[in-house]
Amino acid sequence: MKKAFWLAGATVLALAQPATAADSVKIGFVSTFSGPTAVIGNDMRNSFELALDHLGRKIDGKPVEVIYEDDQQKPDVGKQKTEKLVQSDKVDFIVGYIWSNVLLASLKTAVDSKTFLISANAGPSQLAGELCSPYVFSTSWQNDQTPAAMGLYMNQKGVKSVFLIGPNYAAGKDMLAGVKSTFKGEVVGEEYTVWPSQLDFSAELTKARNSKAESIFVFYPGAAGVQFLNQYAQAGIKAQIPLYTAFTVDELSLPLQKDNAIGIPGAQEWVNDLPNAENKKFVEDYRKKYPGLRPTYYGAQAYDAAQLINSAVVAVKGDLTKKDAMKAEMEKANFKSLRGPFKYGNNHIPIQNFYLQDVVKDADGQLSLKTVATIVKDDQDKFHDKCAMK
Amino acid sequence: MYLVVEQLLNGLQFGLLLFLLAAGLTLVFGIMDFVNLAHGSLYMMGAYFAATFVAWTGSFVLGALMALGATLLLGIVLEYVALRHLYGRDHLDQVLATFGLILFFNDAVRLIWGPAGLALPLPAWLTVPVQIIPGVYYPAYRLMIIVVALAVAAMLYLVVMRTRVGMLIRAGASNREMIGALGINIKLLFTLVFGLGAALAGLAGLMQAPILTVQIGMGENILILAFVIIVIGGIGSIRGAFMAAVFVGIIDTMGRAFLPDLLRKVLSGAAASTAAPALSSMLIYLLMAIILVLRPEGLFPAAKR
Repeated sequence: MKKAFWLAGATVLALAQPATAADSVKIGFVSTFSGPTAVIGNDMRNSFELALDHLGRKIDGKPVEVIYEDDQQKPDVGKQKTEKLVQSDKVDFIVGYIWSNVLLASLKTAVDSKTFLISANAGPSQLAGELCSPYVFSTSWQNDQTPAAMGLYMNQKGVKSVFLIGPNYAAGKDMLAGVKSTFKGEVVGEEYTVWPSQLDFSAELTKARNSKAESIFVFYPGAAGVQFLNQYAQAGIKAQIPLYTAFTVDELSLPLQKDNAIGIPGAQEWVNDLPNAENKKFVEDYRKKYPGLRPTYYGAQAYDAAQLINSAVVAVKGDLTKKDAMKAEMEKANFKSLRGPFKYGNNHIPIQNFYLQDVVKDADGQLSLKTVATIVKDDQDKFHDKCAMK
Repeated sequence: MYLVVEQLLNGLQFGLLLFLLAAGLTLVFGIMDFVNLAHGSLYMMGAYFAATFVAWTGSFVLGALMALGATLLLGIVLEYVALRHLYGRDHLDQVLATFGLILFFNDAVRLIWGPAGLALPLPAWLTVPVQIIPGVYYPAYRLMIIVVALAVAAMLYLVVMRTRVGMLIRAGASNREMIGALGINIKLLFTLVFGLGAALAGLAGLMQAPILTVQIGMGENILILAFVIIVIGGIGSIRGAFMAAVFVGIIDTMGRAFLPDLLRKVLSGAAASTAAPALSSMLIYLLMAIILVLRPEGLFPAAKR
């Protein structure tokens, strides 16, 4: 009886040993690879693969295995895919997440299993505040930060009133709240549209024009941004009311937005022409590896996520069971970020600069994004004091 | 006041666009008793054809006309090759087969045009706002959609009510077997009707394309609305589809435009701005439910045997 007990105990112990035995680094990557926003997921995958190329396809001498999963831009699917990566693939890190609502649905699965999750885009306010976790890091931003920077820029321009339009989901609410947190003028109207199905914004644009606001602010990532700018220009409002944006004009939407995007300012933590050496190499190699494509901030953030993982694994000499040591290393942000050096706040969200970007014609006569000014330096999100990091 | 006029126009424009899509669907469903889920794919193909032909010819009108012809042809080929073998089957088989066609078209588009989507830019003369009454500006292109869709609706009315082909179509909607028994070439009639429906869907797609983007799966969300419309209007009835489409367009737009402000009077600001978009997108389904209870055969059912 006693013997059987010990035998059972030994078997359990043997099973409990990490199955990977740290002979490879397993990374799960959740993003959108189908549907209209698949171009964003592809860009993140391209950049992540490029980062692995730059690392010699190895992290601390170990081969890297990446499992890509498609969340279809749906929170329930994202959660299932995260569960699959954690429970059946037993990955060491989970990276990705474009959409705040998908991330919020998936978060608990990763945190409960103590798997490191690195958000390469989504930054819902809850993640920076009450839901912050030692196992979650961001290589992007908290949603409110970018539009808050835009609000500061609008103050600089002396804008007196604004009409806000955004999609009705977690990030949309954060974004509009972000502008309101810094913009000193009057908010004359605020409209939310059904996300992601509503693509005709005629009713909202009509209201914006009739509100007599001095400016309009929108947040429409992906294809919706193309549609919004189309309709804004067609309605003739472009000539009447200037538009300010966050995450609406990027290298993926620009080839479709074309001239409609000229003169539309946006705020961003990464722009393709930031002058550090790593960024130059990234942009150059990306364009070489994927001819005809240009990297976006989504990709730059995914690239940084790979570098962050690398820094953590190298620091523990490949012993992936030392989670505390890996966490401590990642908190230092000890890698060369494409946006330039940044620090992590207590909630594992970057404290970083935000830049003003504008659309210009580059040397090849193609439309591209250009840094115009630094709007705010070392900006920290405003939810960090709600985070009780355990 | 101006705001209401402008929002009514927005609603009318959206409704008329939906009518083009629903007209083809209701004809095919009503006359051929055929459930075509791939109708949205024809809408998508119309948009892709237009984007390609406009880029190729450099002329918006010419490209649009070519795209219209191409969708008509595609519809006829599709009917001849695939769909005519499904008429005798029950609805479930048709749903499965045409759902397969949706997947087929989405992947075909991905192969031919790539996953990123296309842009269909408007010529300069259509991108200016027009002053319709003093103080009210409206995008020229949206006005053009209203005019074209009304013209197509009038033409459809004339064809269906005043011509021999139209008489056969109406007869087919009332009693399929009987017109077959009277020696009418019903196969040819079906091919014709399906091609017409495809062309109407293509027209809706290519007119919507400059407002939205041309992308994979663009026909799937809007197809649901088209089905709602033919249920409200009465299956097989063009007049019903027209009235229902305009109703749905106006209710949807007015809901989006005015519900948030109404709700803000009762609820707190944050709760109202969250609830309003959800509620306004429910309005048309509420309308459908009410009509199904009161008049299960729709507002203007085609005359039945």
